[in-house]
Amino acid sequence: METLTIKKEKATAKEDTAKQVSGSVAVLEAFLAEGVEVIFGYPGGAIMPIYDALYDYNEKLKHILVRHEQGAIHAAQGFARASGKTGVVFATSGPGATNLVTGLADAMIDSTPVVCITGQVFAHLLGTDAFQETDVINITTPVTKWNYQVTDATEIPEVLAKAFYIAGSGRPGPVLIDITKNAQLQLFGYAGYKKCEYIRSYRPKPNVRKEYVEQAAKLINEAERPFVIFGQGVILGKAEDEFKAFIEKAGLPAAWTIMGMSAIPTDHPLAVGMLGMHGNYGPNVLTNECDVLIAVGMRFDDRVTGRLDKYAKQAKVIHLDIDPSEIDKNVKSTVPVWGDCKETLPMLTELVQKKEHKAWLQRFYEYQEKENLKVIQDELNPKGEVMTMGEVIKALNELTKGEAIVVTDVGQHQMVACRYAQFQRSKSNVTSGGLGTMGFALPAAIGAAFGDSSRTTVAIIGDGGFQMTLQELGTIMQFKPDVKIIILNNQFLGMVRQWQQLFHEKRYSFVDITSPDFVQVAKGFGIPGKSISKREDLVASLSGLLNSKGSYLLEIMVGKENNVFPMVPQGRGVAEIILSKDEL
Amino acid sequence: MQKQEFTITVYTENHIGLLNRIAIIFSRRKINIESMNTSPSEVPGIHRFTIVINETEEVVKKLVRQVEKQVEVLKAYYNNNEEIIWQELALYKVPTEIIAEEVKVERLLRQHGAKAVVIRKDYTVFEVAGQREETDKLIKVLEPYGLIEFVRSARVAIIKASRGFHEKLKEFEALKPGSGLVKNEYLNKQEEVFSM
Ligand SMILES: Cc1ncc(C[n+]2csc(CCOP(=O)(O)OP(=O)(O)O)c2C)c(N)n1
Repeated sequence: METLTIKKEKATAKEDTAKQVSGSVAVLEAFLAEGVEVIFGYPGGAIMPIYDALYDYNEKLKHILVRHEQGAIHAAQGFARASGKTGVVFATSGPGATNLVTGLADAMIDSTPVVCITGQVFAHLLGTDAFQETDVINITTPVTKWNYQVTDATEIPEVLAKAFYIAGSGRPGPVLIDITKNAQLQLFGYAGYKKCEYIRSYRPKPNVRKEYVEQAAKLINEAERPFVIFGQGVILGKAEDEFKAFIEKAGLPAAWTIMGMSAIPTDHPLAVGMLGMHGNYGPNVLTNECDVLIAVGMRFDDRVTGRLDKYAKQAKVIHLDIDPSEIDKNVKSTVPVWGDCKETLPMLTELVQKKEHKAWLQRFYEYQEKENLKVIQDELNPKGEVMTMGEVIKALNELTKGEAIVVTDVGQHQMVACRYAQFQRSKSNVTSGGLGTMGFALPAAIGAAFGDSSRTTVAIIGDGGFQMTLQELGTIMQFKPDVKIIILNNQFLGMVRQWQQLFHEKRYSFVDITSPDFVQVAKGFGIPGKSISKREDLVASLSGLLNSKGSYLLEIMVGKENNVFPMVPQGRGVAEIILSKDEL
Repeated sequence: MQKQEFTITVYTENHIGLLNRIAIIFSRRKINIESMNTSPSEVPGIHRFTIVINETEEVVKKLVRQVEKQVEVLKAYYNNNEEIIWQELALYKVPTEIIAEEVKVERLLRQHGAKAVVIRKDYTVFEVAGQREETDKLIKVLEPYGLIEFVRSARVAIIKASRGFHEKLKEFEALKPGSGLVKNEYLNKQEEVFSM
C-alpha cells in the first residue's frame, strides 16, 4: 500500500544484492526513468554532488545552464506549457532556492507541472544557520502542490516517483524536493526505480457521477442562449478534441480565458474570443445575457469575472472542473460536474442534442462588429504615423499563419498579443496568467523552444519586462535555443501608465523607463538584432526575424501612450466593459 | 449566514510539514484559529487534527475543501457544536495553604468537578475537563484565592454521527486507479453537493 510515509527500510534491506549508488545518481536515474530530456539549472555548493554525477550523464540528460534560478524555473514552465510534459529544475540551497520562489508561485497559480530539486546543507547542520541554509520547505509550502525534504538517500527513488506523479497528475502544479548534501553523497543499495501511480491520501481525479452529467446535458438541451467559457483545463486535460466535439455538436459559442487560449483554433466558427478585463466585447457583455453558462476547466479568476455580484446572475451555471475546491469557490454552480474533462466532455457530448444557435451566435458577431469599429480597426490598421502593438501582431499572424508558439511577458503587449494573435495549434499561448510575472517571457521562451523545437517560438516582451530577466540572453548565446524575440517598446511601463492615465489623473509616477540599446545588448550576447520605428520596415523585419538562422532580437518602437481597450475597469461588472476612455 | 463555532476534523498521513501546510490555509485568509489539536486517530498511523474556528458555514466549507486538497490529507469534516461531543482540559495551580484554610474553596472546587492532580506543600494543581464556559467559570472563582497559573488545552472532539475512519480508509485504499469506483461521496447527496 502506497502512503506518503517514505519507507527507508525498503531499499536498505536489499543492500546486499542491489548495486550501490549515490543519492545523486538515484536522482538522475529517476529523471531518465521519467523521460526527462532537459534540466534547467544552476549549480552551487549544496547541490555539487548532483552536478558531479551529472558529469557522467551528459549524453543522456541535457542540462541548460541558465543565468539566474528564476530563469531556470520559468524555462521549465515554458517547457511544460509547450510540450505538455513536466519541466525540471536544479538549484542550490539558500539563494539558489529562494530565487525559485517567484516561478513556483507562478507555476502554482497557473497549474504548471514542474519538479524542482534543491540542494540543502548537510542534515546535521539543519537549523544551525549554516552557510547558505534556508528553510526552503517552509518558504515554498504555500507555492507548491507538494514539497519534501530528503535527508536519507534511500528515500530518493520513492520520493522522486511521487514528485513526478503529483506534479503531473490531477490539477498539475509545482513540486519541490529539497535534498541534503549528505543524502546526495550517501551510497545505498539501489533497487531500481518504480513509477508512482497511486498515493492513498491523494485523489488526482474523481470518478464521474453520471447524474450530474445528465443534469448538465438537460440544461444545455433546454437552453436558448448557452455559452461556454473555457480555461487551461482543456489543454492540461489534453481534451482539445473532446472539447471541440462537444461545442460543435451542441452549437455552443465558446470564449477562452487567457490560459485556455489556443485550445481551439482562434478562427473556429464557434470561437467568440477572449474573456476578461481586456478580452473581447461580446463574450464579456453576453456573459450577463446567456441563460446557461458552461465553464470548462477554468476557475473564475477576478480578472475574468469583474465584480462577482454582477456576474452572470441570470444564468444557470454548469462547472466542469477536476479540482473540487474550485467548485463554488467564486461562482456558485447549478450543476457541478467534478471530473477530468477528458472524461466528462465525451459523456456530455453523447447526451447533448445536435443544435445550432444561429441567432444567439449572431449576437456575438454583432458585438464583434461594434468592437471592430471602435477599437480593433484602429489598432490593426492605424492611420497615425507611429506603429501600434496591434498592427505588429497582425503582421506576425500573416507570417506565422498561427503555427508559432507565442510567449508573452506581462503588460499591455501581453494583452494586445493575446487579443490579436491567431493560433491553429494547442499549447501555443505561453504567458503568465495568474501571477502576472514580468520577466517571465524570455526564460519561458527558452524553455518553450526546448519543449517543442518543431515550431517557431516567438517571445513578445515589453521594454520593462525584458530588463527583468535579460541576462537569459546569455543562456541563448550558450545553448542556442531558437527564440525570436520581439520587444514592443513604448518607452513606458505601459500597463501601469495606462492605469495612471485612466484612474490617477495622469499622474505618471515612475512609469517612464529608460532602456539600453537593446540591439547592442543582444549583440554583446552574440545575438543579431535590429530596431525599427517605421511602418514600411515592419513586414520585412518580421520576416527577417522569423527566417533568421537561430535567435534574433527585433525591437519595434510603438506608440508611447496607446491604451488597451476594451477594458472592464476594476470594480465593475463584465457587462460594464468600456471601449474607450470616453466611456469611463 | 452567521458566524458560529465550527470544528474541523482532518484525517492525515503523519508527515512533517503538514501542520504548517494546514495552518497557512487559515492564516493566508486571515482567519483566526481558535484552537488546534493534533493527535493520533482511531486508525494506527493516521493523524487527526481538530481545528476550531469561528466563521460562516460558507467560508468553512471552502476552507475544508482547501484542506482536503492537500496531498497528504485523507479527509476533512466540519461540524457545528451540536454535532459533536467536545472537551477541553484546564489546569489550575493554587496555593495549598488557601485550600487548607478555606473550606469554602474546597467546596467550590468540588462543585466545578475539579480533581487534584498534584498536591504539594506550596501548591496544588487541579484539572477540569469540560467546555469553555465551565473552565472559564472556575478561573473567576479561583482568582480571589491567588490562582498562580492557568492553562487550557485545545479542543478535542468526537463527531456524534461518525462511524470512525477505519471504513473510510478502506474506501481510500480500494480507490486504486482503474478500479472503477461506483460511489462518489461528494456527489451522493444532491443538496449537500460537495459539503464534506
Ligand atoms: C515582477 C512584476 N513587477 C511589477 C509588475 C506590475 N506591472 C504590471 S504590467 C507593468 C508594466 C510593464 O511594462 P512593460 O514591460 O514595458 O510592458 P508594457 O505594459 O509597456 O507593454 C508592471 C510594472 C508585474 N506585473 N510584475
